[in-house]
Amino acid sequence: MNKDTKIWTIVFMVGLVLLVIRSFMVGGLFGTAYVSVEQMEYAEVSGGVGEENWVNINSEEALDFDLTQAPDRITWTKFEQASPKQFDEAVLADPNQDSYRFSLPRTVGLWLAVFFTMAIFSFLYKDNPFYKIAESVVVGVSAAYWMVVGFWNVMIPNLFGMINSNLVNGWAMPGLADDESHYIYLIPLILGIMLLMRLSPKGAWISRWPLAFIIGTTAGIRLLGFFHGDFLAQIRNSIAPIYSTTPQLAADGTAILDAATGLPVMGFDFWDSMRNILMIVGVLSCLVYFFFSFEHKGAVGKVAKLGIWYMMITFGAAFGFTVMGRIALLSIRLEFLFDDWLWLIDPTGKRLADTVGIIMSSVPMLS
Amino acid sequence: MKRTVPLIITALGGFVLIVAYFLPSTLTWGENAAVWFDVLAAIAFILGGGNLLKIHLKKTSDKVSGWGYSVIVLVAFIVTLTAGLLKIGVNPNEQFPNYPFSGVYDQVGSVFWWCYEYGFKPLTASMFAMLAFYVASAAFRAFRAKNFEAMLLLGTAFIILLGRTFTGVLMTDFIPDDSFFAGLKFENLTVYIMQVFNTAGNRAIMIGIALGVASTSLKVLLGVDRSYLGSGED
Amino acid sequence: MYEFLKNLDRRWIFLMMLLAVAIPILLELKFPEKPTGLAQAVFDEIDKLPEGAPVLLAFDFDPASEGELGPMATAFTFHCATKKLKMYYMTLWPVGPRMIEDCIAKVIKPDFPDMKYGEDWVNLGYKSGYEGVIKVIVTDLKQLYTTDHFGAAIDSIPMMQNIQSVQDFDLVINCSAGYAGTKEWVQYASTPFPEQIRIVAGCTGVQSPLLYPYIPNQLPGLLGAIKGAAEYEKLVMDKYVRAFDREPDPKYLEGIRRMGPQLVAHLLMIFFIIVGNWVYFTGKKREAQS
Repeated sequence: MNKDTKIWTIVFMVGLVLLVIRSFMVGGLFGTAYVSVEQMEYAEVSGGVGEENWVNINSEEALDFDLTQAPDRITWTKFEQASPKQFDEAVLADPNQDSYRFSLPRTVGLWLAVFFTMAIFSFLYKDNPFYKIAESVVVGVSAAYWMVVGFWNVMIPNLFGMINSNLVNGWAMPGLADDESHYIYLIPLILGIMLLMRLSPKGAWISRWPLAFIIGTTAGIRLLGFFHGDFLAQIRNSIAPIYSTTPQLAADGTAILDAATGLPVMGFDFWDSMRNILMIVGVLSCLVYFFFSFEHKGAVGKVAKLGIWYMMITFGAAFGFTVMGRIALLSIRLEFLFDDWLWLIDPTGKRLADTVGIIMSSVPMLS
Repeated sequence: MKRTVPLIITALGGFVLIVAYFLPSTLTWGENAAVWFDVLAAIAFILGGGNLLKIHLKKTSDKVSGWGYSVIVLVAFIVTLTAGLLKIGVNPNEQFPNYPFSGVYDQVGSVFWWCYEYGFKPLTASMFAMLAFYVASAAFRAFRAKNFEAMLLLGTAFIILLGRTFTGVLMTDFIPDDSFFAGLKFENLTVYIMQVFNTAGNRAIMIGIALGVASTSLKVLLGVDRSYLGSGED
Repeated sequence: MYEFLKNLDRRWIFLMMLLAVAIPILLELKFPEKPTGLAQAVFDEIDKLPEGAPVLLAFDFDPASEGELGPMATAFTFHCATKKLKMYYMTLWPVGPRMIEDCIAKVIKPDFPDMKYGEDWVNLGYKSGYEGVIKVIVTDLKQLYTTDHFGAAIDSIPMMQNIQSVQDFDLVINCSAGYAGTKEWVQYASTPFPEQIRIVAGCTGVQSPLLYPYIPNQLPGLLGAIKGAAEYEKLVMDKYVRAFDREPDPKYLEGIRRMGPQLVAHLLMIFFIIVGNWVYFTGKKREAQS
């Protein structure tokens, strides 16, 4: 057995022992998920061809109809996420309740999420098959996720629904009006099909047309956005008074008014003026540093040096903020492990203080 | 033909948007171009998925080393895609109960949601969480106060790291809030650094980048930069 | 000691980082929060809106940044709902609709049960195209958003009747994790329409230093990283919960809670930099001596 295998075996064994110990601790069971259960039942209340009208039989609206005359029903079960606390309270109130239920798919999912989290973190020790599996899953799932979102959120309403609403309102989006068509949307459809030709080995050149359109529009959008928002507006933002004034305040905090004009008496604001001077000097010196048309020697060199100092402070600040962000991202993952999975902490009150017996007896597989 | 038409399309697409910015009467042209762009962006997701499928199918069929992982990619991709496109486990929209496909694709409880909640979410979140470890390792190994510039960088980082937590508040708690030196309190120093030095530095970078983006865009629109068309005649 | 530290395996550093974050979480360490000017500016921009004012909540993030932006999204929604503002959610990120729905399930559904979908809040969902989307909706929202996230026709939603474009919102509140996000909202919405569109934002730590040049003309308020979230949470909770002698629900204190591990980890980072430099300079000295 080589060193790595030994370490991995030890890590697994320690983890297993800790999990066993955890299951004997106060709180008993952990890592289970629950759902609220609601039976949905809809009745067709006024027949007639093309005029289907369905009401939820448990809604107030249903009281207006004689449901005994409505034999056609559509039913399904609606499951919503529930906390262990909601489940426990329901069981305590009525042991035979059926509003809340243990969810096997979500519990399996929770443990799978834990596995994936650990598999990713295992890379910190060394690259290994678990990490590679997790990495492969994320690649596959995310590509498919984006495709599905693009299809349902954009292609259905904004492409097919626009070409002709009847293409989608008969099945996916019944809320859309009938027979509304904008045939100009055939152009993006054709461009889209041409774009997909990129996948074929010989038709790649056809995709240049839609690609050219994408590049052209991107360039058009960005040219103005950057020039207006980041160039002109930044120059405008940098034009600030180097002699800044603020209303003078009396001892009670109110502004002192000029007896003749009735306007507030203005006084020199040292800190604000300093801030503006330092800012303007900073922007100009950094710009000089970026200017490579002449050599950074003499006075220019000194100003450019000042620019470098400003940049160093900027990078230091960026580093500080980056650290801050990264740690917050780690915190939420560890909270997931300690709270949702191991039930070691309960910062948001998701569980009752002592949940041993109730949950154990409620899970058929474990009781 | 293969190069001229794309060049014309590029110029037209871009200039329509630019003209629409200045001439209100042409606003709808610009809007149309932008909407088509948005639709094509969604189709590009399909292209991305198709490419992934192509690459990993090839890897699997060629049995290149590590092809087993390609199989995992394919399985994850196909399961998620099928669950999402077929809306498996999605209940109908409560307004339209007689339309089985009317429910939203990412409905809580559906198979697609399950793939997101227990696959996509923990995986992507954990990948980003790992960066906390690497930033710590970088702090230990790479940040050396070799010269004055490096000291400025480190000093700023210290002030920000302290000033953005309660440690900073505690350390300079002895300075009264209304004194002339209140600006030296860590939490105020942090604000000052961000709003003066950081703003100045980033503003200069921003101006530089803006000029770069504007000139590159113009080169593309005028057909000076044609690199995106590739080099061959295919 | 020097030799030990010089050859220290990076995995020990990883382990220390893990403990620095894990232990405060397990001990549930909490520290007081002192809001700064920018958080106050964000709070004021929202707080001054009258009841029923339409606000656009653009949640441009995904689970990878939820640790930082989730608490902000929760607090924004709570603040808007408490003030009875009309909330319009949208996103430029494919996973954004889930962030929106999670936030609604956490705040509106349990704590504001009287609010109705379509009258008090609406989820417009995701559209592809990044800044291309902003470019369209600043002048004509309904050209792109023909339905909401659930497929209902946009004109059938009561609260959409008076909305033609982003210019009709009194405020845009953006939670941004990168591209597309606050930068694009500023470039394509608030810059060309300075009178009509006002934006406040909550951003990740990586992004926020880059957005400071927009403050205050193009971006009146900014919450930077988890600290910004904690400050804003304190302002909202102090005014709308603690002022009535009630204690806030812990789910609204996520940012403040996360500042515990943050503090310890920041100190550890400083320790690493100092020790790293000590090793470096000691090494140099020894080299010079030999």
